[in-house]
Amino acid sequence: MSDKPEKTERSGRLSVFKTYKLYVGGKFPRSESGRVYEVTDSQGNWLANAPLASRKDARDAVVAARKAFGPWSGATAYNRGQILYRVAEMLEGRREQFVREVAEAEGLSRAQAEAQVDAAIDRWVWYAGWTDKIAQVVGGGNPVAGPFFNLSSPEPTGVVAVLAPQESSFLGLVSVIAPVIATGNTAVVIASERFPLPALSLGEVLATSDLPGGVVNVLSGRTAEIAAPLAAHQDVNAIDLAGADEALAKELEIAAADNLKRVLRPQPVDDAGWSATPGIDRMTAFLETKTVWHPTGSLGASGSSY
Amino acid sequence: MTFEYAPAPESRSVVDIAASYGLFIDGEFAEAADGKVFKTVSPATEEVLSEVAQAGEADVDRAVRAARKAFAKWSALPGSERAKYLFRIARIIQERSRELAVLETLDNGKPIKETRDADLPLVAAHFFYYAGWADKLEHAGFGPAPKPLGVAGQVIPWNFPLLMLAWKIAPALATGNTVVLKPAETTPLSALFFADICRQAGLPKGVVNILPGYGDAGAALVAHPDVDKVAFTGSTAVGKEIARTVAGTRKKLTLELGGKGANIVFDDAPIDQAVEGIVNGIFFNQGQVCCAGSRLLVQESVHDELLDSLKRRLTTLRLGDPLDKNTDIGAINSAEQLARITALAEQGEAEGAERWSPACELPTSGYWFAPTLFTNVTQAHTIARDEIFGPVLSVLTFRTPDEAVAKANNTPYGLSAGIWTEKGSRILAVANKLRAGVIWSNTFNKFDPTSPFGGYKESGFGREGGRHGLEAYLDV
Repeated sequence: MSDKPEKTERSGRLSVFKTYKLYVGGKFPRSESGRVYEVTDSQGNWLANAPLASRKDARDAVVAARKAFGPWSGATAYNRGQILYRVAEMLEGRREQFVREVAEAEGLSRAQAEAQVDAAIDRWVWYAGWTDKIAQVVGGGNPVAGPFFNLSSPEPTGVVAVLAPQESSFLGLVSVIAPVIATGNTAVVIASERFPLPALSLGEVLATSDLPGGVVNVLSGRTAEIAAPLAAHQDVNAIDLAGADEALAKELEIAAADNLKRVLRPQPVDDAGWSATPGIDRMTAFLETKTVWHPTGSLGASGSSY
Repeated sequence: MTFEYAPAPESRSVVDIAASYGLFIDGEFAEAADGKVFKTVSPATEEVLSEVAQAGEADVDRAVRAARKAFAKWSALPGSERAKYLFRIARIIQERSRELAVLETLDNGKPIKETRDADLPLVAAHFFYYAGWADKLEHAGFGPAPKPLGVAGQVIPWNFPLLMLAWKIAPALATGNTVVLKPAETTPLSALFFADICRQAGLPKGVVNILPGYGDAGAALVAHPDVDKVAFTGSTAVGKEIARTVAGTRKKLTLELGGKGANIVFDDAPIDQAVEGIVNGIFFNQGQVCCAGSRLLVQESVHDELLDSLKRRLTTLRLGDPLDKNTDIGAINSAEQLARITALAEQGEAEGAERWSPACELPTSGYWFAPTLFTNVTQAHTIARDEIFGPVLSVLTFRTPDEAVAKANNTPYGLSAGIWTEKGSRILAVANKLRAGVIWSNTFNKFDPTSPFGGYKESGFGREGGRHGLEAYLDV
C-alpha cells in the first residue's frame, strides 16, 4: 500500500477530506438522489463516499452532452487537439494525486500505479494528435464514374454512453474516453463501480483543461442501474460496453436496438492491460461516414453546361 | 398540338422464365425440405411468372452448413483467384444484362428504362469494383492481413433486387466470406438467375447460396448460430428486431434501413434543374427507394414558382407498362405495398394536407399509384414523418437556411438529403450540418460502387460501397 498521509493526520494537523462529486455539464453536482456509497481500498479501508448516481442524473448528463455536441463537433480538429493536449498537461501537474488514487483503488505498488498514470497521460497526447488526422485516414475522394466530385468524410456519431472498464480505473478510463471525444463526440461516462475516485478526480482535470462543459460527463454508482436508462435513452446515439459483463452487455445491446445505437461490445483486453498502443478502432466505432456529391459540370466548346 | 407516343415495348423473348425454381444450396437447385412453394407475380399485370421453392428453417440450416463447408477453401484461395471469379461474374452480368433487365422489370414492376440504364450497369460495376479489391485487402487500411468473418447471412429487399444482391455479395466474396442470401418474397427471380451466373462462372459450390422465402426464413438465417455476419437492407422496424436478435453474440451487423430524405431548394436554385432533381428524387423507382427525397423543403419565396413548374412536369410523366421504353412510372411492387401507400396518402388528406396528382389513367390490372404531391404539409403530419416508400411527395416550406437544416434533421432517419442552390459556400455549410449519410448537391439519387452509402441514426449503420464497404466483411 502506498502511504496516505493526506488522509490522516500529518504533523498533528487534521487533513481536509475531499467530497467527491459527479461531473455534469461542466459543474460538480452531488447526485440528485442524495445517495452516496462507500468506496474502499483493496484492503477494505474506507477511502471516501462517492455519489450513487440515479437515472435522473443519467438523463441530466445526456442533456448536457447533447447541448455540448454542436459546439464540440463544430470546433476545428486543431482546437480539439489542443484541448486534449491540455488535458495531458493538467494531468502531469496532478500526477502524484492520481498515482495515489490509482494505487489505493487497485491495490498497486507505487511503481505500478505510476506506470498506469504515465501511460494514461501519454494516451491523451496520442489522441490529441489524432484529431486532425483521422479524417484523412478514413475519408477521402471517391472516383465515381461520372462528372461528380464525391467526398466521404467522417463525422462524430453524437452522444456516446461509455461504461468505463471496471478493473482499470484510470488508464482504462482514459483509453475509452479520449477516442470518443477526440473526433467530436460528447460522452456520458459511468466510472468503474468499485474504483470510481480516479474518474471523479479526472472530472476536475477536465474542468480546468479548456474542455467545454458537457463534453465529458462523469457519473459514479451502480453500473447496471445507470447504464440501463442510458442504453434505452432516445437521445443517446451510441454506447461503449467496455465495463459491462456478458449478461449486462447483452441486456444493454437489446435496449440499445430501440433507436439503433451504435454498439461497441466489450473487447478483449490484451495481457498488458490497457497499456498497448491502441489502434483507431475506438475512434471509428463512433464515426459516421458522410458522402457528398457535387456535379463538376463541364466546360465544353459551347461554354458552361453546369 | 400534342404528340402521342406509340407503344415501344422491350421484347420479353430475351428472357426465359422456368415454370418453377428451387432453392440454390451447395451449387444445386433443390426443393424446400417441407416442399413448400410460393408464386411470384408480375406486379404490372398480376400474371404468375413462376413458382418458387420457399425456404424454411431446415433449408436455412442446410445452406449455412454448405456455406461453412465452402468457407475454408474459398477464404484460403489467393485473393487474385477470388478476384478472377468476381471479374467473371461481372462480365457475365454485362453479357446477360438485357435479359436480367427485362426479368427484373417483370418481377419488380419498375420501368425497363431504369433496370436497363441504372440497375444493371450498377450491378456489373459493383462486382467489377470489388473484384479488384480481393487481392489488395492489405492496402485497404484494415491492418496488414485482414481476415474474413466466415459465413455471411444476407437479407435484401424488393426495390432493387439484383442491385442489393450485388451490394451484399460482391464485397462479401471479395473479402473471402461465403454467403447465404435471402431475396425478398416478391422478387426472387433475379437472385435465382444470379445462381445460374455463379454456375457459368464456375464459382465453387456453397460459396453462394440463395434462399427465396419470407420473413421467417430471414429471421432463421439471422438467428442461426453458425452465421458470423449479418447484413440487412429493409425496414427500420425489422432492422431493430435483427439488432435485438444478434445482441450478445459475436455476429457483426450492418443495417441499411429506412429514410425520409429532405430535398432542400433555396431561392437561388436553378428551378428547372431542381424540378428534374425533385422528380428523380421521389419518382425514381416509384419512390420505393430508401434514400428517396420524400420531403421537399422549399424556400417560401420560390414556393409558388417551383410548385407550378413541378406540377407542369408531373403532367408529362408516363405511367404504364414497365416494359415500354418510354415509361417513367411503373407498377408498385405488391398489393401489400400499394395498400400501405394508399393508407398513408389517405391519412395525409385526413390530417389536412392538400393532395394533388396529374390527370393519369391507371391500368386496370396490377398495382398502380399515381404520382402524388401534398402541399400545406407541416412537420407534425404523418406523411412528413413516416416513410411512405411510394410516389408521394410532401412539400414543406422554410424561410432561412437554419430553419431548413432544423427541419431536414427533424427525423429519426438520416440516410439522404438534397441541396439545391447556386451558392457554393451555402452547399458546403448546409451539407456539413445535415445529419445524413449521403448528400446530393444540385443532383439526386446518384450511386456508384466507389461511393460509400449508408445512414445516420435510425437509417442504420455500416457503409456499402467503396473502401468503407469492405469493413463490414472483415474481422476488424
